[in-house]
Amino acid sequence: MREGSLSRAALRAAAIVLALLLATLVMLAAHAPPLAAYANIVLGAVGSWDVAANVLVAWVPLLLATAGLLITFTAGLWNIGIEGQITLGAVFTTWMLRGLQASSVPPALILACAVVAGMVGGALWAMLAGALKTFGGVNEIFGGLGLNFVASALNLWLIFGPWKRPGVASMSGTVPFPPALWMVTVTPQSRLSISALVIALLGIGLVYGMLRGTHFGLRLKAVGRNEKAAYLLGVPTWQHMMFSFALCGIFAGLAGAIQVTSVYHRLIPSISSGYGYLGLMVAMLANFNAALAAPVALFFAALNVGSIQLPIVLRQDSSLAGVLQGTLVLFVLLAQGVRQKLTGKGAT
Amino acid sequence: MKSFRTLILILAVVLAATAAWGQTMPAAGSSLTIGLVMVGPYNDQGWSQANYDAVQYVTNKVAGTRMVYIDKANSADRPGTTVSQLAESLMTQGAKLIIFSSDDMADEAVKFAMAHKDIFVIMSSGSQVWKDGKTYQDLPNMINVMGRMEFGKMIAGVAAAMTTQTGQIGYLGPLINDETRRLASSVYLGARYAWTNYLKKDPAKLKFKVTWIGFWFNIPGVTSDPSQVADDFFNSGYDVVVSGIDTTEAVTEAVKYAGQGKKVWAVAYDYYKASEMAPNVNLGVPYFNWGPAYVNVVKSAMGGSWKSHFEWNAPDWKNINGADTTAVGFNKGGALSATASSTVDKFIKELAGGLNLWKGPLSLQDGTSYLASGKAATDQQVWYLPQLLQGMEGLSVQK
Repeated sequence: MREGSLSRAALRAAAIVLALLLATLVMLAAHAPPLAAYANIVLGAVGSWDVAANVLVAWVPLLLATAGLLITFTAGLWNIGIEGQITLGAVFTTWMLRGLQASSVPPALILACAVVAGMVGGALWAMLAGALKTFGGVNEIFGGLGLNFVASALNLWLIFGPWKRPGVASMSGTVPFPPALWMVTVTPQSRLSISALVIALLGIGLVYGMLRGTHFGLRLKAVGRNEKAAYLLGVPTWQHMMFSFALCGIFAGLAGAIQVTSVYHRLIPSISSGYGYLGLMVAMLANFNAALAAPVALFFAALNVGSIQLPIVLRQDSSLAGVLQGTLVLFVLLAQGVRQKLTGKGAT
Repeated sequence: MKSFRTLILILAVVLAATAAWGQTMPAAGSSLTIGLVMVGPYNDQGWSQANYDAVQYVTNKVAGTRMVYIDKANSADRPGTTVSQLAESLMTQGAKLIIFSSDDMADEAVKFAMAHKDIFVIMSSGSQVWKDGKTYQDLPNMINVMGRMEFGKMIAGVAAAMTTQTGQIGYLGPLINDETRRLASSVYLGARYAWTNYLKKDPAKLKFKVTWIGFWFNIPGVTSDPSQVADDFFNSGYDVVVSGIDTTEAVTEAVKYAGQGKKVWAVAYDYYKASEMAPNVNLGVPYFNWGPAYVNVVKSAMGGSWKSHFEWNAPDWKNINGADTTAVGFNKGGALSATASSTVDKFIKELAGGLNLWKGPLSLQDGTSYLASGKAATDQQVWYLPQLLQGMEGLSVQK
């Protein structure tokens, strides 16, 4: 057992080294000094309070998306549609804020309603993907992908159409909401909201507890491992899948709500910011383990924010961070595959 | 009693002086790192590059300055980021003065200026600290800089009208706002003036159509494709397309159609060297020359005379292409005929002599009166033009 976990750790370390090597090779090919590049990424992520706070700002939606995905992954589902679910969360949040902002309802209550609306929006969109799978026989990957495009189109239509700024038509987004409707931040002008941070940590904690210590988590695992066997054992499988979609959608919608209420303070075209797709990678790299998801998501958020230094200092494209993230996931998956082949055992 | 009043007076003066003192920024000193935030690529041969070149000009002219920059600062190119976050990344590299160089950044620039009161902020093309503006905010660390591109655009309109053979001019518009409405309308005013005054033609025979793409440049899947919009113009009888966007699609598409034997032309925008492109179709470029204004503002930050204000700088009428003096210029392109070229020169002379095309009678697109006969537009009326002008086709506001 101990030996097994040692070899697993060794393989994982090898995978990380290989990923770093490949990213370094890419940098050399792009005539970028690798050491300086890595140093600048670190500086850009922790070099000052401002940038470190920015890392945490990116961490919140990424962690929420990952938390949601862990639930669908456990049920054996590839919820690619999470990007659209984040978008719909943001749309519903904006809709609620717009509806109530002129009313006499206290701002804190408006904000709470808006966040709940975001969760509902995300859940509904996710259940649409679930319904397509359950009742329409559409694989959730294709259904989700299609729904992502629809969500993005709907969002654009709202920004350019019914929710446009007066006299303006621009993809800059809707009119910013008044500061009273922003989530309270550490300092008035910071984007880092402690409540958002707490929500994200609570979220991942909840998922961790639910998947490890509840009957529901166990049944979800059973559905994910072997749908037929679970059904024969009396687990209502499609209901569990549907419910896992809804739960993931709630988390995704929450991420969208936070993007609107504490980061951008308005609806913008790319409001989901790719956190859904990045969350898929985080979940895979964390080996679908909720305890590992938080540090891995933090690392990815730091890479995203830190890599902004690459174009500034080295005139290199910041997508190098994406190369590093992608190769990391690929090599870790590859290491797992190799281990399975060598030992003849499935990875856990 | 008298001494009491004197005391109050002295107190008031002291208070006012303290308040004024609180409004100034301490001098940056003998060295200054300038952080430039650009909405598009730094080498777009358009709006962003004009800003990039201008800050390089500053670093050449003002000893002790250096530039750091971030380009493609928009949420489509850099998902998950905000513009103020990107500016903070420039502060990591020592930037003490940040230039937000796009209208798209207006809200974020205000957030940033409020969050970083010790950082000098230039918000180009914005009007947040214009005391007579509609959206004035008291931000001691912000200065607004803009060039009076209305003149450049009117000259572009003359070049277009003197060239068109079909009498149809297309305007490739970015997004719709006050700025873009007034610039598109300036092209129309110039074109109509040339059409009626120089060519002596019937103004009703001049067609001028604006098509907006939705942003300052192409974002696939989000905006309309500017190449496609330019093609639509060329395919439907519009033989001159005037660019209003940050990038060069109007010119590159004209080259394509000229290659197929069509007689078409284009006017570029923003960047002085854009006139060197495609001499077979290029009529010229009205461009921004941000350098001289940026030099003044940077010097004021370093020397301690920084004061929040809005400036809307006119061309240098003695030499509208004076690199060290003008804010806005017009460089002629290779396809501008000799006749059109001399008419353009004549028009520039008339403008320098006081010709004002922003003068009544002028009506808005929906027929309501904009300026009564003989009445010249105020700066506010031009800046906040609420609709396109009568005679122009295209959306004034998004339907």
